[in-house]
Amino acid sequence: MTEPILEAVDVVKFLGRGAGRVEALKGVSIALAGGELTLLMGPSGSGKTTLLSILGCMLTPTSGTVRVVGRSTAGAEPEDLAKFRREHIGFVFQSYHLFPTLTAFDNVRLALDVRGEAARPAKAKVKEAMAVVGLAHKVRSYPHELSGGEQQRVAIARAIVGNPSALLADEPTAALDSANGQSIMTVLAQIATNPARSVLVVAHDPRIIPFANRIIRIEDGRIVGVEPGGAGSNQK
Amino acid sequence: MSLVFKLARRNLFHDRLRFVATVVGIVFSIVLVTVQMGLFLSFDRMVTTMIDHADADLWIVPRGTKCFEDPSLLDERERFRALSVEGVADATPVVIGFAQWRMRNGGTTPIFLVGSDIRADGLHPWSLVGGSLEALSIPGAVAVDRSYFERLGSNGLGDSAEIRDQKVEVTAVTSGIRSFTTTPYVFTTLDRGRAYIGTSSNKATYFLVHLARGADRDAVRGRLNAALVDAEVLTPAEFRSRSRSFWLFGTGAGAALFAGALLGMIVGTVIVAQTLYSSTKDHINEFATLRAIGSSGIYIHKVIIFQALLSAVIGFAIAAGIGWIIVEATADSALPVVITPALLLGLFALTVAMCILSAVAAIVKVMRIDPAMVFTR
Repeated sequence: MTEPILEAVDVVKFLGRGAGRVEALKGVSIALAGGELTLLMGPSGSGKTTLLSILGCMLTPTSGTVRVVGRSTAGAEPEDLAKFRREHIGFVFQSYHLFPTLTAFDNVRLALDVRGEAARPAKAKVKEAMAVVGLAHKVRSYPHELSGGEQQRVAIARAIVGNPSALLADEPTAALDSANGQSIMTVLAQIATNPARSVLVVAHDPRIIPFANRIIRIEDGRIVGVEPGGAGSNQK
Repeated sequence: MSLVFKLARRNLFHDRLRFVATVVGIVFSIVLVTVQMGLFLSFDRMVTTMIDHADADLWIVPRGTKCFEDPSLLDERERFRALSVEGVADATPVVIGFAQWRMRNGGTTPIFLVGSDIRADGLHPWSLVGGSLEALSIPGAVAVDRSYFERLGSNGLGDSAEIRDQKVEVTAVTSGIRSFTTTPYVFTTLDRGRAYIGTSSNKATYFLVHLARGADRDAVRGRLNAALVDAEVLTPAEFRSRSRSFWLFGTGAGAALFAGALLGMIVGTVIVAQTLYSSTKDHINEFATLRAIGSSGIYIHKVIIFQALLSAVIGFAIAAGIGWIIVEATADSALPVVITPALLLGLFALTVAMCILSAVAAIVKVMRIDPAMVFTR
């Protein structure tokens, strides 16, 4: 069996302190394989974002194990976790989080710049990533000159430009209209066809189920169901 | 080229009003430090200018003399004792002292008289811009500096006044010989100097020792110290140091200037720190995104430090320009501000250090960012 790209084993996470302390995740185990788009669905407060943050090496679990391409993150310092993210994980956020003072090109290049990649080879990679998301003609545009859908595509280009093993998307279509949402999911599904990459999408919107290979349902900090998505497993 | 510099530049220039406020803060601070340090340098030169321009290998001074302007007197017998010491070629008397300058219109102002024999290697006016040294031999002749014309009620060469009820005439004009005490220096011959300050002809304030060819200065100094009764022997460097120490630190003038400079530095640091901190807070989402996409702490430090450095360079360039204008504007005044290349370099280093120090609060703030906040914003 192929080793999972991202794996959480019996992860428990407490958030807050004292009387406000909450057990956000109660022994969650999940494995994300390459060539798969997994949809993580659940109601508000179910622990989706906490799980995404832990899988994305932004938070450390209270207990349990997280492995990124087979390497445990246990005991990692913040700088080590940043290195995990830099080298293996791409992020797409609901609010895009593009830098308003940089062009689309520079926003995408930033993901390579933080890895210390030289400008010349980075340029070709950025152009390629922009082409993948269908925005090769918008490289010089600033975020405010782009539509919401275009901004999210730039964010996807930034997430994939470093060729990460895992792409984690938090409600990537929530701020978009239906057509743009479908378009973004098409791009993410296309990215997930790479057998060396796994895509995890957190969403509420049932209209994106057809793009998923697998749907994981989470409620009250526990995985309550795993089922095939609309894309089934035949795309693997 | 890394995007660090571009990000820093864009962050800084994004809010122009705040950027202008930052630069104004830096400029204000550096100009304040420049003026204080420029005055300190100027005073430092002023308090030793007479010693710097006197032709002496050693100074014989009244015991306990604190500075050049200390008007204690030596007896001429000390001079003869000095002349009898092996290795001493000459000991030229110089007399100094305060007197009153009565202007033609009737007003008076205090002056500081320097009398020295113009035929000997003594202490003569320099930087002459009018008249000549020889013209001082004319009865009643004096030399004054043009920066004190207004104070002396003089229009320059040929103007007359009175000192101790004796008519004097300006026969030489100098440029740039200013007094730390702001009391104008007036040069004249030794005998007239004695007469104007009212001391007897066998008294002098200093004897400027010229060594015989090949004489060892330290050895001569030792012999002089042994031979002299009420005097001590100083090298020019020691006399400079003593004058400097008295005027700049003994009187508190230097401390006041340094306090002003320190205040400038503190004000500048606080202004830049406040601006960088609020800029960082405004861009907190961007820094969190940087952290989320895996940037190292060093990468983010660089962005903030580049912002600080950019502010420093722009602020310093403007401050240096203003400093240059101040130097030009005060060049001929009684209180010139002096900027040397070393001071300029030091001020630049200070500006950079101040701005980097200011970045610390912003860096601490940004390093506390939880990258997971990007999911909730």
